[in-house]
Amino acid sequence: MRTKVILGLGAVALPLLLRNLYVIMFLVPDEMEQGPIYRIFYYHLPAFLVAACGYLTALVASVMYLVKKDQKYDAIAVAATETALAFAAVNLVTGMIWGRIIWGIWWAWDPRLTWALISWLVYFGYLMLRSAIDDPTERAKNSAVLSIFGSASVAVTWKAIEWWRTQHPGPVLSIRTGGVQKIDPMMENMIYVNFLALLLLGVIFMLVRLRQEEVQREIDGLRRYAHAAN
Amino acid sequence: MSAPAVAAAGVWKYFGDYPALRDVRFDLGAGECLALLGRNGAGKTTLLRILGGLSGASKGNVLINGGEVRASETRARIGWLGHSIGLYDELTARENLRTFGSLYGVTAGTVSEWLARVNLAHVADSPVREYSRGMRQRLAVARAFLHGPRLLLLDEPFTSLDDKAIALLQGLLTAARAEGVTIILSTHQIREAMELASFVALLDRGKLAHFGERTAEMLNDPGYLYRTFGSAA
Amino acid sequence: MTMLRHAAAIAAKDLRSEFRTKESINSTLSFSVVILLLFSFAFDPSPDMIAEFGGGLLWMVFAFAGALIVNRSFARELPNDCIDVLVASPASGASLFLGKAVACFVLLFGIECICLPVFGIFYNITWWRSLWALLGVLALGTWALACVGTFFSALTVNLRLRELMLPMLLYPMLIPALLSVMMLTNTLLTGQALPPDFSVWLRLLVGFNIMFTTLSVYLAETILVR
Repeated sequence: MRTKVILGLGAVALPLLLRNLYVIMFLVPDEMEQGPIYRIFYYHLPAFLVAACGYLTALVASVMYLVKKDQKYDAIAVAATETALAFAAVNLVTGMIWGRIIWGIWWAWDPRLTWALISWLVYFGYLMLRSAIDDPTERAKNSAVLSIFGSASVAVTWKAIEWWRTQHPGPVLSIRTGGVQKIDPMMENMIYVNFLALLLLGVIFMLVRLRQEEVQREIDGLRRYAHAAN
Repeated sequence: MSAPAVAAAGVWKYFGDYPALRDVRFDLGAGECLALLGRNGAGKTTLLRILGGLSGASKGNVLINGGEVRASETRARIGWLGHSIGLYDELTARENLRTFGSLYGVTAGTVSEWLARVNLAHVADSPVREYSRGMRQRLAVARAFLHGPRLLLLDEPFTSLDDKAIALLQGLLTAARAEGVTIILSTHQIREAMELASFVALLDRGKLAHFGERTAEMLNDPGYLYRTFGSAA
Repeated sequence: MTMLRHAAAIAAKDLRSEFRTKESINSTLSFSVVILLLFSFAFDPSPDMIAEFGGGLLWMVFAFAGALIVNRSFARELPNDCIDVLVASPASGASLFLGKAVACFVLLFGIECICLPVFGIFYNITWWRSLWALLGVLALGTWALACVGTFFSALTVNLRLRELMLPMLLYPMLIPALLSVMMLTNTLLTGQALPPDFSVWLRLLVGFNIMFTTLSVYLAETILVR
């Protein structure tokens, strides 16, 4: 069943990704000031949005784990965090490439850039903590608690850094500018369509990772049985 | 009818997918002494930790005198003695007992009384680090009994004790039984346990293989229980 | 009320243990002074530069010192399995946590109060011009460090790489608190006029403390009862 879902989603995602790539490369016009490099933006922003969805899923799953004490939620939390980290890395790297071309530097201590790096480190710490705990129940509980702390901190950091300094281009999507059209509607639509494609990809990653996690848990349980029998 | 001193209802404990305890259920009346037997890894310590509120059950629940274990009033009546002594090496005996005593609302007078009872009054103000093994164990026993618990949970209490401490502990346990204190102790020393116990439980790979009154056969033949109720492996 | 009494007993016990052995006090104090000294090699400490990032430097030292202090917090309970006895006692997980966090706070704040004059001498600063406000801000920042640090100490106490893991988890999460306390300390250290965004940073710091203290107290029992 799970396999069919994964394959089905893949069958939708792959053509969509290819089509988007074609449209982004050949059909949408260059941006006036930035030239062709702005196209990276079609991956930069959607990747961030997918990562944000992943972080949120991980938070919800972590809270659910502490309430229900069901290992399923722990598996969801780790799968979502890892997927989110992958997309956050895409977001960071595309941002750096863009920065190199437009600002002339690979890295600027701009608030959103800084925030993205900090949240990456926070959630990477979550994975580090997991890898250091052997007992699966203890691991699930402690990392769920850490994930809640991490989410709280990342949310506060977002605000803190905005006050600190700003250099990053402001919001462009009309839902964040209060309906003011800052970019061409075609460009904006393309962002949404590519967000959908990347989100599908993210869900596929997560499902595959989830299955690995379940198999891993089964192996671990069987190993303990084998040790207990002796 | 009052609630049993200890009531375990379908207690499961999972480590990941592996069940360390499987559907353990028993009621133990007030004033009884339960000897918890089983091989290494059978789940004795895990069960004791759940009964003492050190660890939560994955499924099922435990009631002590009808109250939840993690309720403060319940734990105020439990005495815990684990594998380790549970004392701070850098503090003196008196400071150790006062620290734990203050969590239970025990007065300084009671602390001095107990220091005398375990023959440590003369060294009460030197740090535990300087104590011999036997002295540390006696202090640990005093710590567990300090607040006059109504339920004692002892995890292999006789294993690492010297003869003096064993005599002391047996004396205290006998006195506690006379006062109607409920006792649960896990042990490998079947002979010592059988003399104290009124009930016997055998854990086999997380399952309660036997729970019942201690019979005369058990007292005379320590191997009887394992042969009769233990699994072939 | 009972909870505060239990927390006080735990804090008193931790402080007594620490003053008896002086393990973390001595090592943390000498470590802090060494770091303060090293900074003078990293850059030429002119008065202008100190006015610009003195607070940042100071809090770098305190953050390092804090990690050393909180690392010991729950590790102190490991020998002889004392943590089991504490969890089995009537004290709730929240009061155990609070007691330990208060002990860490007192130790760290004491170390800060020693480092401050040393910093003043090394870098030639008259740091006492707004002393009470400065101490207040230091206390707020120290509580953020002690609170989250102690909680993470409980979270990582059974791990093999505890000494490494703790700062790695702690620092990224403390960034909002460190950022605001650095800003505030910077201003107060040199007695500059308060900038207009002063209250924003103060609110952020207080908000951070309230949020994480609540989370820690609420989740302490979950972590300690295994």
